[in-house]
Amino acid sequence: MTKIVIDGENFEVEDGLSVIQACEESGVEIPRFCYHERLSVAGNCRMCLVDVEDARGMSPKPVASCAIPVSEGLIIHTKTERVKNAREGIMEFLLINHPLDCPICDQGGECDLQDQSVAYGHGASRYEQDKRSVENKDMGPFIKTEMTRCIHCTRCVRFSTEVTGINEIGAIGRGRDMEITTYLNKAVTSELSGNVIDLCPVGALTSKPYAFSARPWELKQIESIDVMDAVGSNIRIDTKGNKVMRVLPRINEDVNEEWISDKTRFFWDGLSLQRIDKPYLKENGKFKKVSWEKAISVLSEKLKDSKPNEIASISGDLSSIESIYSLKKLMNSLGSQNTECRQDGSRISGSRERWLFNSKFSGIDDSDGCLLIGTNPRFEAALINSRILRKSKESNYSIGLLGKENELNYGYDFLGDDPNTIKDIINGSHPFCSKLESMKKPIMIVGQGALVGNHGEDFLNLSIKLANKYNFLSSDWNGFNVLHSAAARPGAMEIGFLPGPEGKNLDQIIEGCNSGSISTLFLLGADEVCLSDKSDCFVIYQGHHGDNGAHQADLILPSPSFNEQNGLYMNTEGRVQESVRATFPLGEALEDWKIISMIAEKMKLDFKINNFDELREEIFTLFPDLLEIDNCIEGGNPKELMAEEIKEHIFYNSVENFWLTNSIARSSKILCDRNEFSSNGVFKI
Amino acid sequence: MLKEKDKIFTNLYGFESFTLASAKKRGDWSTTKEIIDKGRDGIIGELTKSGLRGRGGAGFPTATKWSFMPKEPTGKTHYLVVNADESEPGTCKDRDIIRHEPHKLLEGCIIACAAMGAQVCYIYVRGEFYNERIILQSALEEAYEEGLVGKNACGSGLDIEIFIHHGAGAYICGEETALLESLEGKKGMPRLKPPFPATSGLYGCPTTVNNVESIAVVPTILRRGPDWFSSLGRERNAGTKIFCISGHVNNPCNVEEEMGIPLKDLIEKHAGGVIGGWDNLLAVIPGGSSVPMIPKEICDDVLMDFDSLQAVNSGLGTAAVIVMDKSTDLIKAISRISYFYKHESCGQCTPCREGTSWLWEMMEKMANGEARVDEIDTLLGLTKRIEGHCICALGDAAAWPVQGLIRHFRGYMEDRLNETKKNIVAGR
Repeated sequence: MTKIVIDGENFEVEDGLSVIQACEESGVEIPRFCYHERLSVAGNCRMCLVDVEDARGMSPKPVASCAIPVSEGLIIHTKTERVKNAREGIMEFLLINHPLDCPICDQGGECDLQDQSVAYGHGASRYEQDKRSVENKDMGPFIKTEMTRCIHCTRCVRFSTEVTGINEIGAIGRGRDMEITTYLNKAVTSELSGNVIDLCPVGALTSKPYAFSARPWELKQIESIDVMDAVGSNIRIDTKGNKVMRVLPRINEDVNEEWISDKTRFFWDGLSLQRIDKPYLKENGKFKKVSWEKAISVLSEKLKDSKPNEIASISGDLSSIESIYSLKKLMNSLGSQNTECRQDGSRISGSRERWLFNSKFSGIDDSDGCLLIGTNPRFEAALINSRILRKSKESNYSIGLLGKENELNYGYDFLGDDPNTIKDIINGSHPFCSKLESMKKPIMIVGQGALVGNHGEDFLNLSIKLANKYNFLSSDWNGFNVLHSAAARPGAMEIGFLPGPEGKNLDQIIEGCNSGSISTLFLLGADEVCLSDKSDCFVIYQGHHGDNGAHQADLILPSPSFNEQNGLYMNTEGRVQESVRATFPLGEALEDWKIISMIAEKMKLDFKINNFDELREEIFTLFPDLLEIDNCIEGGNPKELMAEEIKEHIFYNSVENFWLTNSIARSSKILCDRNEFSSNGVFKI
Repeated sequence: MLKEKDKIFTNLYGFESFTLASAKKRGDWSTTKEIIDKGRDGIIGELTKSGLRGRGGAGFPTATKWSFMPKEPTGKTHYLVVNADESEPGTCKDRDIIRHEPHKLLEGCIIACAAMGAQVCYIYVRGEFYNERIILQSALEEAYEEGLVGKNACGSGLDIEIFIHHGAGAYICGEETALLESLEGKKGMPRLKPPFPATSGLYGCPTTVNNVESIAVVPTILRRGPDWFSSLGRERNAGTKIFCISGHVNNPCNVEEEMGIPLKDLIEKHAGGVIGGWDNLLAVIPGGSSVPMIPKEICDDVLMDFDSLQAVNSGLGTAAVIVMDKSTDLIKAISRISYFYKHESCGQCTPCREGTSWLWEMMEKMANGEARVDEIDTLLGLTKRIEGHCICALGDAAAWPVQGLIRHFRGYMEDRLNETKKNIVAGR
């Protein structure tokens, strides 16, 4: 600890902090524009100037508090005349060329420049000349630019270089002619680019889709969880009336730090498009609106007519634990073992340490090497990718990729896309082995793309074997990680929504639908299943968007999307988090558990769900580990199991198109627009 | 007046060739090995005794700067970077050194590298110095051929490489950390200090950045002894210095003179006097465009060295004396200097980016007589808000000339503004 004095008061702060951090910790406010905890120090706005005094006396001129570290006995003055004058000066300089367009600026109300000019600025400007104006830049469909407002803090430039790893935002020109731009006015291509909107302290970079739609003080803010991928980013959903206006990140150091992916940030318009508002029944090839009574009675008849092993159900990627659990109860009660949550056909099963991200995301920061197997973290979990990128900049940090070759934003050793290479690595004959041997705390990330197909389970066992061979697993380190790309999957796995001993898996269910051995298929928000060859199997789709699932269904039951009902989700590292209702369900949609309960009542089944709280209580009783909300469920080290020969096993890309991975994203006009841009930032022709 | 025998740059005017053979005749490279054999402490000790202060403008003692370099090998390459990005308006001393005495510079580089334990030296030459670069390159090739530079340089057992790099013509790249950024291939923007280059400079390695003249005088000082050097000039302002005299004088020239020579002597003896006689003098900018000007009353008896000029609120800077006689429109002249700084500001930090352009706009208004008299105070306040609030010294450099103008010629400015106002009123 370091003892310092701030404005005559004694404080003790951690060693190695900068003066601005020390002041913040001690509750002394220092204004700033360019400084940001998660980015490198630029020290260019000069707003954070303070006077410091040490053994050599007072500093000859005010110093940038973001750029100097605290030292024992340092005396910091933040209220001297010199500091006040410096701050007023900087404020004045920043404002001379800043347009007075606050009334039409989307940043209004949450603008650092606005706030700080009230606190530290002059009442009036002495500048009488013409203001500078800067041409706006086209940064693609997400980021709206109004570059005259830019104060050149370079946060966006540093973010682009340091966090996304793609140097696509930079400054050209010199002096007053300095302009922030993308290279040749290309759209930004990163999956995290939207974060520059939050980073921008003024209204230079704002959200294009959100433009002119609301003021911050009109919005109701609900803290929730994102379901676009299995990272479980902490988000804030801003609503106006019953409409989601925008999605922003919340800080959670262990999960998403301060960022969210662009898919998370911009899916919200999909919540009001392509929605299913009423129950529909297909009659003579056409959907007809029906009442809930009719829908439930048709459904009950179908289920009654089917033998238990003729009934199957598949849960989707966005469903909460509660929804899947109520479906599981229904299936159990009907006696069906054909329950499946692995929509992509991966064959993971067994105890949870075999399919969790055991090292946790924070473990990436502790690791000293990384082996990616059958995964493209950039698409499957952009925020995890950003953590790997951060590590990749360290010297001696090597990354190997066994799987489909993909364009990652850091360098890696490509080990080929033949799954059998894993055997060479296990027996030590592969050139990469020497690097693996030198690593003390490596992490392995196995993607779903490596685990699809009949030998998926065997490949998983081989990966565990590999982990045991090197230092991935030890008494105090668990670097064996399986990466999920579907938000609902880990939760569904945890509560065991998997085929029973005699149950059918995904391929067998689809095969059954085609051959006729499955007569009723229940899809709970499952939109990634292809049933194009199905025979006369009756498909029920319970969900919220008119997407693939609904198109293939015979009966559609409207249910709320994740932001319209409460629910628990478990992310890929085993962290249980609660998604909270932000808006009310649309149309006649009923909550998932309510629909199941209506079916049970109609069919006079042996279970009953009275209300949501009881349902959750029941889940907690059966799966007490889930009670640890916001914490991770621990798995321990996975056991090595015998693996069969992996014949004809191949790697897939689990996420082919980052922007359109689920029904909400596919319904979002914003994300579809973004999808029209190719990977190098130009419009696809 | 400096005696001929005490001159360091005997070929400053290029009457002889710049080649190695010619340079050797003038005594360059003669006892380099012996000097290097004095060892680090020997060289730095003698340099301390000589009292050499940096010739790039700030006047920081050269020996002290060298002593900041790590004494023990750090496992990293140690660098010497020679700042030949001479762009300060009025200054042209380094250009003549490179043109006519390149071997003095190269020998100085070898000795400085030996004294700091540096293995690699970069000479960053201003982009516009095209011919100078060719001359320096050919001199360097000669030195390599003779084994004076490179492996076992001068037979000293040290391996010292010298590379010549040329800039792209940005004034800011003469700031030492911006120069390092530019050398690394990045945009020339000054870095935050600390860390200072001696701890983390070029590519994060210990680096010392020195001006061409500071390095070029070192071999002669060490050869002739520190006492000889310190006997010249005044205390704390020892030695000789190249002065660049330009503006309203009869013979604009570069001249090597003793430090502390009276300004009047310098102008009258070497530059043929002010055009129209000494009494026609209005003001002098004594150290390159960034230092405040001094009016004739001060010029009459001021001495040309660091401390004397500091005492009159100006500075020696690069010793580029810009003489302005009574025909000069002082406000317009300073406005032009303000334009220069506005144009050369890198745009990184707020006070400089926004302040320099505001300053220029106001100076233009003043020069055209369009401003109000009370705006002179606004202008002065503005310079105070730029000064001392920036990352590097460019902001200060932009502020000082304006401050100098207001300090000494406020009445002159007020007259201009009042007169224009009167003319406008009369014109109605």
